[in-house]
Amino acid sequence: MTREDVRQAVVDIIADIALDDDVNGINDEVALRDQLDLDSMDFLDIVMELKKRHKIEVPQEDYPQLASMKSCVDYLQPKFQ
Amino acid sequence: MTKTYDAIVIGAGMSGLAAAIRLAMYDKKVCILEKHTISGGLNSYYQRAKRPFDVGLHAMTNFVPKGTKAAPMSKLLKQLRIPYEALELSEQNYSKITFPDYELSFSNNLELLLSEIEKNFPDEIDGFNKLLQKIREFNEVALDNETVMAKDVVSHFIKNESLLEMIFCPLLIYGSAWENDMDFSQFVIMFKSIYLEGFCRPKNGVRTVINLLLEKLENVGGEIHFRTEVAAIRTNHDGAISEIETKKGEIYKAPVVLSSMGYPETMNVLDGENNYSPRVGKMTFTESIMLLDKKPSEMGQNATIIFYNNRPKYLYRKPTEIYDNQSAVVCFPNNFGHDDYEDGWIRMTNMANYELWKELERPEYLKEKERVFNDSVELAKKLIPNFDANILVKDTFSPTTIERYTGHFGGTVYGSPDKSRDGKTPVKGLYLIGTDQGFLGIVGSMLSGISMANLYGLMEN
Repeated sequence: MTREDVRQAVVDIIADIALDDDVNGINDEVALRDQLDLDSMDFLDIVMELKKRHKIEVPQEDYPQLASMKSCVDYLQPKFQ
Repeated sequence: MTKTYDAIVIGAGMSGLAAAIRLAMYDKKVCILEKHTISGGLNSYYQRAKRPFDVGLHAMTNFVPKGTKAAPMSKLLKQLRIPYEALELSEQNYSKITFPDYELSFSNNLELLLSEIEKNFPDEIDGFNKLLQKIREFNEVALDNETVMAKDVVSHFIKNESLLEMIFCPLLIYGSAWENDMDFSQFVIMFKSIYLEGFCRPKNGVRTVINLLLEKLENVGGEIHFRTEVAAIRTNHDGAISEIETKKGEIYKAPVVLSSMGYPETMNVLDGENNYSPRVGKMTFTESIMLLDKKPSEMGQNATIIFYNNRPKYLYRKPTEIYDNQSAVVCFPNNFGHDDYEDGWIRMTNMANYELWKELERPEYLKEKERVFNDSVELAKKLIPNFDANILVKDTFSPTTIERYTGHFGGTVYGSPDKSRDGKTPVKGLYLIGTDQGFLGIVGSMLSGISMANLYGLMEN
């Protein structure tokens, strides 16, 4: 998958979790938590959705890798292969 | 026959439904065991005289406008994937705390309460603002907060005893399992949910919430088994959960069990020796519901909820008499932004003494219920000076009614004074959700189910 595909997969997940948030204007360099109404419960959901939809496991110690869209894509792209 | 699941939830109330939805959403095989034929638990509904009656909530707390970040209501809806609009919330008009010498109004706009305090207690406004700052900065949902009595903390900020009592009054009667005081974390949860966020009502009341949850649960593949009462919870020799036996003799097995029965009630069905007996709470209530041929607003009463107290001090405790007619919470369900009803409604709640109700024989029991109802009519007339409505339908429930429907020992509504904030019990794999985990109200109980399901059902494997 290209970086763009991985990014889209994450955006799709966030859009379903944060029903009331606008996911179109996400700045990839800025922490997701600072742009959207996401807390630790929601990050758990991102992890659970990655597992459910894409069979990707994110161990708890790697949660910080999901902080921004850029770090998400960096971390997840190899796992999507 | 043995039924095997990934997780079992005991009780199809708000917390149980929310917990089961979360687990089923992530492909856990989950089943709710519910002893009654309907769901809702402490918050439910019934039909009488062709009218829709609500039990439990007077109002939903934690109102926030759509899109409010980091608020309990937003978290809850997000976790359950329920769009904000689905609840069709409408806000309260305003509410009042009425004491013999003072009256304070508040609404979902904090400015009203601030101006009322400034007007009635000008010396206290600075202290109140400092208290607000402390409350805003406090993390009330941390699972490891120490237990501190709230009145000790608040009395550093509020010196006038009447004001202190008035601030506590709605918070105690809408959520305290303890008499006359509460844990400071609990106080902050209640304070934020009532004074900083506020009261609202889903369109058509509690059934809207329950139906949404049931629909969600079905969509994600969770099961509910009604008329399935837990008779025993068994452990293996390592002290971990092994199985549940129902009254009908069926066996259910799961590595994780989330119980919303209450702490003492859960421990009571636990097989074998256990060295911990949580206390049974003392606070229980009567409620009178009257249906009128006129709406309260047509008779000049526009308040949504009145917290009424006829004593200089507010006594939140088990009364020595069968019920306390000197204080009450009076709810006018018509007085929300959207009025769901054709008729006028008044719901009135009084503190009551469980043991005194329990020992009554049937004829005396009915006579006492009649007395509670008649007192509530008298109070309605006092609160609505132009009262000239006819009563169309009346209903009264007592502590023993609550006991019968909820299974809570002592007819408690807010459960045991011994909470388990992290949900843990002496049994590995058995966790508490709902009232005795300690998050209260409808929003709180759903968040309780969600957070315990996340912690013990989703994260720990």
